[in-house]
Parts: sequence; C-alpha cells; structure tokens
Amino acid sequence: MPWLNMTIFIPFLFALLVPFIYKKFTPKIHTGWFVLVVPILIFIYLLTYIPAISNGKFIHSSLPWIPSYGINFTTYIDGLSLIFGLLITGIGTLVVLYSIFYLSKHREALNNFYVYLLLFMGAMLGLVFSDNVLVLYVFWELTSISSLLLIAYWYEREKSRYGAQKSMLITIFGGLAMLAGFIMLSIITDTYSIREMFTKVDSIVSHSLFLPAMLLVLLGAFTKSAQFPFSIWLPDAMEAPTPISAYLHSATMVKAGIYLVARMTPIFGGTAEWFWIVSGIGLITLLYGSVNAVRQTDLKALLAYSTISQLGLIMSLLGIGSAAMYFGIGDESEVYTVAILAAIFHLINHSTFKGCLFMVVGIIDHETGTRDIRKLGGLMNLMPVSFTLTIIGTFAMAGLPPFNGFLSKEMFLTAVLNVSQMSVFNMESLGSLFPIVAWIASIFTFVYSMILVFKTFRGKYRPERLEKKVHEAPIGMLLPPIVLASLVIGIFFFPNILSNYLLKPAVASILPSLAMGGEIYVKKISAWHGWNTELYMTIGIVVFGTLLYIYLRKWIRIYLFYPQSMTLNNMYNSGMEKSEDLFQSITNRYMTGSIRDYLVYIFAFIIFIIGGALWLLDGISFDHSQDASISVYEGGIVISMVISAVAVLLSNSRLTSIVAVGALGLLVSFLFVLFRAPDLALTQLVVETVTTALFLLCFYHLPQLRKEISKVRFKATNAIISIGVGVVVTIFALSVNGTKLFDSISSFYENSYELAGAQNIVNAILVDFRGIDTMLEILVLAIAGIGVYTLIKLRLSGGDENEGTK
Amino acid sequence: MIDNMETLMSILVGILFAIGTYLLLTKTLLRIILGTSIIGHGVNLLIITMGGLKTGGPPFLGRKETNFTDSLPQALLLTAVVINFATTALFLVLSYRAYKEMGTDDTEQLRGMGDE
Repeated sequence: MPWLNMTIFIPFLFALLVPFIYKKFTPKIHTGWFVLVVPILIFIYLLTYIPAISNGKFIHSSLPWIPSYGINFTTYIDGLSLIFGLLITGIGTLVVLYSIFYLSKHREALNNFYVYLLLFMGAMLGLVFSDNVLVLYVFWELTSISSLLLIAYWYEREKSRYGAQKSMLITIFGGLAMLAGFIMLSIITDTYSIREMFTKVDSIVSHSLFLPAMLLVLLGAFTKSAQFPFSIWLPDAMEAPTPISAYLHSATMVKAGIYLVARMTPIFGGTAEWFWIVSGIGLITLLYGSVNAVRQTDLKALLAYSTISQLGLIMSLLGIGSAAMYFGIGDESEVYTVAILAAIFHLINHSTFKGCLFMVVGIIDHETGTRDIRKLGGLMNLMPVSFTLTIIGTFAMAGLPPFNGFLSKEMFLTAVLNVSQMSVFNMESLGSLFPIVAWIASIFTFVYSMILVFKTFRGKYRPERLEKKVHEAPIGMLLPPIVLASLVIGIFFFPNILSNYLLKPAVASILPSLAMGGEIYVKKISAWHGWNTELYMTIGIVVFGTLLYIYLRKWIRIYLFYPQSMTLNNMYNSGMEKSEDLFQSITNRYMTGSIRDYLVYIFAFIIFIIGGALWLLDGISFDHSQDASISVYEGGIVISMVISAVAVLLSNSRLTSIVAVGALGLLVSFLFVLFRAPDLALTQLVVETVTTALFLLCFYHLPQLRKEISKVRFKATNAIISIGVGVVVTIFALSVNGTKLFDSISSFYENSYELAGAQNIVNAILVDFRGIDTMLEILVLAIAGIGVYTLIKLRLSGGDENEGTK
Repeated sequence: MIDNMETLMSILVGILFAIGTYLLLTKTLLRIILGTSIIGHGVNLLIITMGGLKTGGPPFLGRKETNFTDSLPQALLLTAVVINFATTALFLVLSYRAYKEMGTDDTEQLRGMGDE
C-alpha cells in the first residue's frame, strides 16, 4: 500500500489499539501520550510534501476499491488539501497534548475519547485527500458520526445528547443532499473523480442538472460549515469537552464545508448562481453570527457564534473569488484572486486564533469551574499567561495589528470593496451592500472580542462566586495555546513565507483554469499598504467598536426585544415537536389495531388498483361466443349455491352458517362432476366433510356467552366494499374469458400414456409431469399437521401465568 | 339452451367473493374463517372456469372420446384444494386455541395490550 494512502488509515488502525493500551497502562500513564505520536508523525510526513507542492506539482496515488464501478480510493495532494492536512494534524497534535492535561485519567473514559478522536482525525484526512466523490462522501459521514460521538462524550448529561442529536440530524441531512448532488455530477460527467470533472466543466454548466447538483452540494457544505440558517447545531455542540470544541468545532470539521466549496469552485465557479449563493449566504452568516455572539453570556457559546461568523466570512470570500473564473486570465481576475487568497489565509488564521481561544476558555473553565461571563472577572493578575494568550487571540479575531487576523481582515475588506465595483451578475444595484454588511459585522466582531477579553480578565475579582480557588494552569495545558498564539504573531510578521509555500498552491488548486504551469499570480501580503479605504474602515471599526463596547450596558437591552419565538432554535425545536406529533397522530389514525380496518385497506386497494387498471388500460372486454351451454342441472346447482352462500350471510345462528358452508362445498363438488373433473369432485367431497367437522368442533368449544345469537350486523361500508370486490372479480373473470390469446398447452398432457404410462391425465400431471408441486403440497399438509399438534399439545409454563396477570 | 355457462360462473364467483369479503369484515373469528372458506370456493371455481368448461370428456385416456376437458386446471385445483384444507385446519385450531386462552372470539377484543 502506498505511503500516501496509508497515512489516512494510520489513525483508524491506531484507534483499534487504543482500548488495549488504555487497559494496560491506565492509571500509570495517560493514554493521550501514546495517541500523540500519530498526528505528529503524519504532520511531519505531510511537511515533506511542501517543496513539491509549492513548485506546482500534484501528487496522487490510487488504490482500487470497487473498480467495476469506477470507485477507487484515490489520494490526491494539492495546495488546498495539503493546507487542510497540515491543519488537521498540526492542531490535532496540540489538541491531543492539551487533552492530556485537560481530561483526568482517573475519572474519564479515555479509551472512548481517543478512539473517537482518532476516528475523526482519519475521517477528516480522508475527506480532504480523496479525489473520488463517493469516497469523499464516506469520510464526510464518518466525520459526522465521530462528531456525534464526541459531542455526546459525557452522555449522561441530557444537554450533550440533545446537542449531539441536533448536530447529527442537521449535518447528515446535508450530507445526504450532498450525496445526491455528487451522483448528479457523476451522471453529467460520467466519472466519480473530481479531477476528471474539472476537465468537463463546459458540459456541466450547460447541463439541465447543473443547478440541482450545485444546490445539493452547497446544502451539504452549508450544513457542515454551520452557515445560516443551519448554524444552530454549532452552539449546542459546545457541550463537548473543550479539546473537541477547539478541534472539531472551530479548526477542522466546520471547515469541511469550506473545503468542499473551495474544491468545487473549478466546477461551479464563474456562474452568477454560485457567486450569489455562496457570497450571499456567507455575508448573512457573518452578520448573524457576529450580532448574536455579543449577547452570549457563556464563553463557549460566544466562541461558537464567533466561529459561525468567521466561517461566513471565509465562505463569502470564496464566493467573491469565484468571480475570477468568470473573467478568465487577465488583470481583472487578479482582483478577485485576492479574495480566494484572503479566504485561505483567513482559514489558517482562524484555525490558529480560534483554537487558541477555545483552549484558553477551557483553561478558565478548568481553573474557575465556570464559563459564565457574569461570574468571571478580575482574573488578569491571577492568570497572567492565559490573559496574554486571550489578548493575542481576541485581537487577532477583531482584526488588529500586530496579529494575523489584521492581515486577512484587510484583505477581506479589499475584496468586498473590489466586488462592489463589479459590473456583472447584477452587482451594479446591490454591490454596495457588500462592504456595508462586512463593515457592520466587523464592528460587532470587535465588540464581542472585547467582551471576551475584558469581561473575563478585567473588573472585580469575586472569588465568592467561583467554586475553586483560582490559579494559573499547568504548563502542559498552556503549551498548545502558546504555540498557536506564537503562530498568530509569527504569521503577521512573516506572512509571505506562508503565502509562497502554502497559500499560492492552494489558490492555484482552487482556480486551476487561471494557473498557468501550476503558478498563479498572487500579490505580496504586506502589513502596511498605505493610507487607503481599507485602513480607514479598520479605524472606523475600532472607533465605533470601542464606543459600542463602552456603552454596552445602554444598548444591550435591545436584544431583549428580539422575539424569542422567532429564533432559529425555537423554530427547530417546535418543528421537531410538531412533526413528531403530526406523524404520531397520522400513524395512530390509520394503524388502529383492528383487523377489520386493515382488511378494508387491502380490499380498497384491490378494488382501486385492479379495477382501476382494468378501466384505464381498456382491459374490459366481453365475449361469450366460446361459452359452453347451461344445462338444467348446472343452473339449479348455481342457484342453490347462491342461496346457501346468502344463508351463511344472513343466518342468526353459527350452526346454520356452518351447515350452509358445508352445503356450498358439496355443491361445488357437484359442479366438478358436471365439469368432467372426477378426481376433483372426490377430493372436494372428502375435504369438505372434514372441514365441516372441524368447524363444528370449533363451534362446540365456543365461549358460553353469546353462544347462539350473534347476527351479522349490517354495515354499509362493509357492504359497499364487498360488492365492489365481487364486481371487480366478476368483471375481471369476464374480461379474461373474453380474451383468449393462445390455445392451452394441455394437449401435450394427452400423451400421458406414451410418456408416463398413465391413463388418468390429471394424476399423471400431479405425480409425473409436475411432481414437485405435489411434493411441496405434501410438505404443506405435514407442516399444518405438526402445527395443529403443537397448538393443542404445547403449553409453555410461563404463558398461562402471564395470561392470568394480564 | 343458453350458451352462457362461463358468464354465469363468473357472476357466481363474484357473488361468492362479495359474501366472503363481507364475512371477513365481521368481528367474529368463526365467521372470518367461514368467509375465507367461501372465498376459497370462489377461487377454485374461477380457476376451473378460466380453463374453459365442458369442452370434452373427462381426462381419461382409453375411452371412446378423443376430445378432453383441459386437464391442467384440474391438476392445479387439486393441489389448491389440499393446501386450502391444510391452512383452514390450522386456522381453525388456532382460533380454537384463541378461544381457550382469551375467552372471546371477538376480533375487536383480541387487539393486544395497551402498551403496544
């Protein structure tokens, strides 16, 4: 197996080992130390690809999985997937390290934790490196499942289970939509390989399935990346342990949707629909997330809404950047290439500072026992390292220098300013909205960033509200956020190293049609680019944000006017409840438990389907030219049969009914005589006698109550249905009789003497020509006999007691 | 004589089906079984009617006639009659046991427990 494919499987294989390690070494050594090796090794291995990738090469290797369907496990590394791979393993390493100090080896079920975590890591690696859409889907769902397991890690808490269920319902709904989109794409292009789809873009855009496929794929991306209005699962996923929130719900899994949008840009990009949906939803999410983050009182909820908002920002940048594909190679597209660059850049930046912030919040939670902003305050002197880390993280999030968030936020503003000048896709009228929305959202981002840092660390220290005596966290717990925070600063000062080695090839792989010879023109990222509009906008953000923060008390009440019933969560909850009630009541209405009702459905079905088919397909024909003549005997027997059948129906006593059914059977055997069927007549006679005897046996054992008198009560619906069935059967029989397509094959059996040595043709058919029927019929009789014997003889000891208690 | 035997039989089968259906829709177990029995007769008659009636002599070789009634539906019916008998017998004994255990033959009262 090639090493490249192997890297994806290593986490899965190691996950198999974790329970044994846990059993053997706990409580001496924390299981996390063993797990730590996996992401480190993969991270280092992936680092070795950077030189090749930055030179514009692509590396792929393929393993056959279901070759007959063209489904291969193809691993493909380009700039985009390499960035994701490095994020997954790099932050994975730090998260595992952090979790070693965060989770107690005595109190927590660490084996579960690390198995789920490795499962997730492998799934995520598979997702970003897969070239085959169906393989990608498999890993996509694996991330949903492992995320479910991780959110519900403390499964004894009700809120965890609620959050896990919610996230699973939403992401799997999107995942299934995405699968449908992928299948449509493969129908259009006749391939499952994403790279091969790139070569067939022209046929995709003109195909009638283009728009449905695009919408379905986007549904998958938006649900996974918590875009509006599917963002509601992310705040509830905060019930997971903090290392998981940091890893899955800020740095990696929620970016799977971003990855998908970026990956699919070469296929769908350059069209007005893609541009508007992706950038529009992104901007709405950006605004929604940042406005809602301000009113949160729980630190993790604040970070969750902030993540939603930042994901919206990246998404909108990807949408804006897709316009570059419309313009093709040239100066005009370079303006939009900046947006793609900004998206990837901010993606990395966000992973660093958001991961850092989550870890710090976890530390605060760990050391104080609460994450409630209203209880916290004045921790600055007690937790100086955490305070510094928070400052770095939040200022990067707010987009202030000298942190990496500043650079990507400036590029974001450049992108929205550029796009407002665009003259295609109806942007003339609506283009000016883009910078306005972006600017307002940035102000709110600034406000909640300040809330996060100052409400937690400044103000009065109130130890009486806290459960624990506050002190700084151990160094092992602080190390991962310190690494991330130093990256935050490092990227600010040396952005072009990152840009040259990672961002450029990523941009080239998102916009392959614009990359010539694997190279794409990308401007140098610089912290200082003169007095331009972006800088004035940033200054405006700081000024207005500061004012809003200072007067927070005065206007925070506005949120109280927000109607509670209009929140997305309420709609989701009541939607779930109502649909459950609705389907329950529908099911209760038709699943009544009464045999009669079910029989009514079946008979109605017979009437409507068979009768309807006869009617619609012109099947009704009537031809009696071939009919035999009616003799007096037959006429008399038929009339007696009708009389005895009606007698069964109308009789008050069961005894009369039984006798009448017996008479009916005898009359049938008389008919068989007249129809030249001696064997049948004989059998019918015997069988009818035995059956009547059985009926009488049953009758004898009836309960004493109401033994004699029980007239069939007349019911109009029953009568209509029965007449309907009778009419349909009659019409059916007449039509069959009127349509003779070919002669019977029975003339063959007239050779029975030559072929089987029998003069009785019917018996020859039964035991010679079609002997298997007879054998199985004997089996039926035997089974029925055994069944009867068992029913009468077998009494399970517990059964009767149960009957008594019921 | 009127040459309408098959038509007459089709109508008879329809009547038997209608009466059998009506009995199936009643509440008493015994009547339901009687209904299945009547529908069984209807089906048997339908099969033999569809093979064409009285087109020749009984299907025995070595007689003077050279023209026989269709023998295949008769063989099919013979199988059907026996299977019908077997299932009816099982069904009857089952309902007999149900009477013994539950003390009722009303299907509305045989609806299982409330916690289902």
